[in-house]
Amino acid sequence: MYYLYIVTTFALTLSFIANRKKTLMAIKIAVKKFINILPAFLTMLILVSIVLFLIPDKIISNCLGNNNKFIGMIFASVLGSITLMPGFIAFPLCGILLKKGVPYMVLSAFTTTLMMVGVLTYPIEKEYFGMKVTVIRNIISFFIAIIVALVTGIFFGEMF
Amino acid sequence: MKRNVIKIVGISVYIVFILFSFITGFDPGKQIGKNFITFSVDMLKILPCAFILIGLFEIWVKKETVEKHFGKESGIRGYIWAVLLASTTVGGLYVAFPVAYSLYNKGAKLSVIFTYIGASAICRVPMTIFEASFMGIKFSAIRLLVSLPLVIISSILLGDYLEKRDYKIMKGK
Repeated sequence: MYYLYIVTTFALTLSFIANRKKTLMAIKIAVKKFINILPAFLTMLILVSIVLFLIPDKIISNCLGNNNKFIGMIFASVLGSITLMPGFIAFPLCGILLKKGVPYMVLSAFTTTLMMVGVLTYPIEKEYFGMKVTVIRNIISFFIAIIVALVTGIFFGEMF
Repeated sequence: MKRNVIKIVGISVYIVFILFSFITGFDPGKQIGKNFITFSVDMLKILPCAFILIGLFEIWVKKETVEKHFGKESGIRGYIWAVLLASTTVGGLYVAFPVAYSLYNKGAKLSVIFTYIGASAICRVPMTIFEASFMGIKFSAIRLLVSLPLVIISSILLGDYLEKRDYKIMKGK
C-alpha cells in the first residue's frame, strides 16, 4: 500500500514542477470525479456493513466445511460472490480452513469469486458501465471462478 | 427522481438506526456501524490517491497515446499492457472501475478495459504474494494460469459483442 503513497506524491510533485496550472486542474478533476461517485460508494459501504454482519466468518467456515465438496464449492462460490473482504482477512481465514481440512477447490471457489464477482460493488460498477454490462461481466466472472475451482480440484487430486 | 428519494430515505434510516444502536447499546446495530467504519477507513486510505492519479492521467496523457497502446490498433500489446497495469493496481474492483472508465474515455477499446478490470481482480502482485504465503505457490499458480486466459478470452468476446451492438459507455462520471 505504501507504494501507492510514494507514487502519488512523486507524480504530483513532478506534475507541479512541470506545470502548476495543469496540476491544479488535475486535482479539480480528481475531486469532481470522487464526489460524483461518492453516493455509489456510500451505498456499497452500507450494503457491506450489513451483509458482513449477517454472514460472519463463523458461518463462512461452517458452509465451506460441508462434507460434500461439490456442495461446499457451490456454497463457497455464492458466499464469495455476495461478500466483500480485503485479502488480509480472506487469505488468513482460508489458511485456517485449509489446516482444518477444507479442500483446495472449495477455498479456490471462495477466494476467486471474492476477487472477481462483485454483487456488493454493483452500485459502483453500474454507475460507470451500466446495468447490462455489469450483470454480464459478473455472470462470466462467476463461471470463470467455477472453472478455476474445478481445475484446482483436479490438480490437487480432490476431484475423485 | 423517485429512486433518489428512496436512496436518501434509505441512507437516513441507516444512519438513524446506527446512532440509535450506539446510544441504546443495541449490539447488532453497533456491529454493523463498526463494519461500516472499518471498511470506510480502509477505502479512504486508497481512494484519494487513486483519484489524484486518475486526475493527473486525464490531464497529462494524450488521447493518441492511449489509443495507440490500448486502442483498436494495439493488437495483442493492448492486452499485455492491460494485464501489467492491472497487476500494479491497489485495492480491488472498486479502484479498477474508475481507472477503466478513464482509459475508455481516452480511447481504449472495450475488450482491453474488460481485461484490465478482470486482471485487476485476479493478478494484483501484492495480493498474489500474500495469497501464496497462506495457500501455497501451486494454488496461486493454478488460479492465475487458468483464470487469466479465460478473462482475456471472455473480454474479447464481450468487447466484440458490445462493439457490434454499438454499445457506448455513458459520459461524464
